[in-house]
Amino acid sequence: MERKLMNGNQAAALAVKLSRVQVVCAYPITPQTSLVENIADMWARGTFPGEYVSVESEYSAMSYLIGASYAGARTFTATSCQGLAYMHELLHWAAGARLPIVLVNVNRAMGAPWSLEPDQLDSLSQRDTGWVQFYCANVQEIMDTVLFSFRLVEQTRIPCMVVYDGFVLSHTYEVVELPNQEQVDAFLPSPPSQGAFHPSRPQTIQAVTDSRYLSRVLQERHLSMIKVPGVVKEIDLEFQEIFGRSYPLAEAAGLEEAETVIVTAGSLAQTVKSTLYSLNGGKEKLGLLRLRLFRPLPGDEIASLLSRPGLKRIVVIDRNVSAGTGGIFAQELRALLQGTFYRGEIYELNLAGGVDLTPELLNKGLQALAGKSGSRGKIIWGVDL
Amino acid sequence: MINTLVGSFSQEEFMFSGHNACPGCGPAIAVRHIIKATASRAVIVIPASCWSIISGVVPLRTLETVVMHCPFPSAAATGGGIKKGLEAVGDTHTQVIILAGDGGTFDIGLQGLSGAAERNEDIIFVCYDNEAYMNTGMQKSSASPYGSYSTTTPAPKVKINPKKDIMKIINAHQVPYAATATIAFPGDLISKVKRALGIKGFRFLHILTPCPQGWGSPIDKTVELSRLAVLTRLFPLWEVEGGVHYKLNFLPEEYLPVYEYLKPQKRFSSLDQSQVGLVQENVERQWEEICRNTGVASPFRP
Repeated sequence: MERKLMNGNQAAALAVKLSRVQVVCAYPITPQTSLVENIADMWARGTFPGEYVSVESEYSAMSYLIGASYAGARTFTATSCQGLAYMHELLHWAAGARLPIVLVNVNRAMGAPWSLEPDQLDSLSQRDTGWVQFYCANVQEIMDTVLFSFRLVEQTRIPCMVVYDGFVLSHTYEVVELPNQEQVDAFLPSPPSQGAFHPSRPQTIQAVTDSRYLSRVLQERHLSMIKVPGVVKEIDLEFQEIFGRSYPLAEAAGLEEAETVIVTAGSLAQTVKSTLYSLNGGKEKLGLLRLRLFRPLPGDEIASLLSRPGLKRIVVIDRNVSAGTGGIFAQELRALLQGTFYRGEIYELNLAGGVDLTPELLNKGLQALAGKSGSRGKIIWGVDL
Repeated sequence: MINTLVGSFSQEEFMFSGHNACPGCGPAIAVRHIIKATASRAVIVIPASCWSIISGVVPLRTLETVVMHCPFPSAAATGGGIKKGLEAVGDTHTQVIILAGDGGTFDIGLQGLSGAAERNEDIIFVCYDNEAYMNTGMQKSSASPYGSYSTTTPAPKVKINPKKDIMKIINAHQVPYAATATIAFPGDLISKVKRALGIKGFRFLHILTPCPQGWGSPIDKTVELSRLAVLTRLFPLWEVEGGVHYKLNFLPEEYLPVYEYLKPQKRFSSLDQSQVGLVQENVERQWEEICRNTGVASPFRP
């Protein structure tokens, strides 16, 4: 298998090409820009046979894909922070219309003030739009998850957002195993040419409805979403067979012996993982749980991974904050573990604003949290340490 | 000058009766003619507007064609995407026609509209202009004319800014085709739709469609008001190709004073004589410009 040094944005662009996407429509925004430039470059040179449309805003980019997807084309866009927020109402529309669109969001802090830091609030603010969300931890996973998502959205007709940290992953080079076109073609069948309508068959689509009809639509979407973890597992078996790599719904490391489990998402997990056995002089038995599929949150899977008799405390590292409440991953975990075996504390180490997680900071955070017994919900801020 | 009052009309109907439009609805008449001209071989895209309702509430439908609803500001981009998507799956002949109100064109839809025009998307964008947000009960838009009442510009604070000149904005993009039309000249309207159907790239139709509910006009005067808008030269019928080749489609034999158009509409009831004079002056300025662009000598002033 061919190996190549590439960054997250290049990996995503290559995955789009290999997936034989028919319509890409995007608006540039840092730190996503090099991703769409890569696609535009392949398009201009004729190595990407799909259409690349450069529009005047993220709003129009998602509108355009809604149209192209209505017509039955395989579609892709990428954005970040303000751009994702600008798409907001259309994210709802795409999910409501059950359109198989794949979007990459490169995490970047929402203004004000302006920032280029990899805060996660942009994608987490879109939590309830009805999109599947994956948080990636490395460049290989970015490429694989983009490929994977096209298969997932076309099977479930639920749009999917592939999320990764700005700069930390979008611009950092790692060695990636390149899939070849035959492998991707075997994994990903031809795009479904039947869209939401047929031009010669008169019909009206997404017209005004009453509450009972709408409630059924929403119920159906909810029930379809609940099935996603199972579908992801099924597709992953095929993915593994073809590409030789496999991705869990949530990644676990060292959980068997752990007294403290650190829960986090994205590239933060890489830092935790690499220092798991050396932190705090190796005195504390640490484990890692990385949230990968965030919407829908695979509750049973996570609860079963955490169900260890030796588990004493959970520390959630969020690089986001819902002002007045705390980190969003921490909130989600509290809701998920409510009424389960776990009666311990859920502590928060918060890195909102894109604070970088170094092994030193992680160590300091864990020590600071050790003295916080009984203060449920108490947050230690990375910036204070 | 062609007598554009005369036109050939298909007897075949693609719009069903029993729809949700108000009595005397101008947009309903306009779309009936448009659909006749396309003979149902088009995908219709409708952003939030009166036609979101007129086209039917589930499980009913009004048009014998494909209708795709989309969010308010998104019509031009969604339409462009549908066309591109159809091409991607091998359908190069189906036409995409957007039916947007003045809000979805002049106001909230303007950015996407400008983007689609600049990219020369292969779509027909129709603005049925009833000069305010009529679907939600007559709130002011940037298409509302000087001196008009609305629920968000109530008397005595009626609108004092002029109507946005959407044709100039579109024309600044040098699109392949742009034209004005009204329902009082259905032959002209249908021939312009057919003309647009034969041209590739971005095409724009600005159709003035009176709204008796909002304008405060009798429900049986909708077509008459449309005609008065043309005869007073408040809304001249003209077209332009590529942003440069202008053509006037109708030269009134007699220029009626603009007061004839304003008088039957309650929304203008607060205008005094001097303000009507200002409207008339504006009409003259606009007319001179159109005559200059289209190479028509304006033989007299009223």
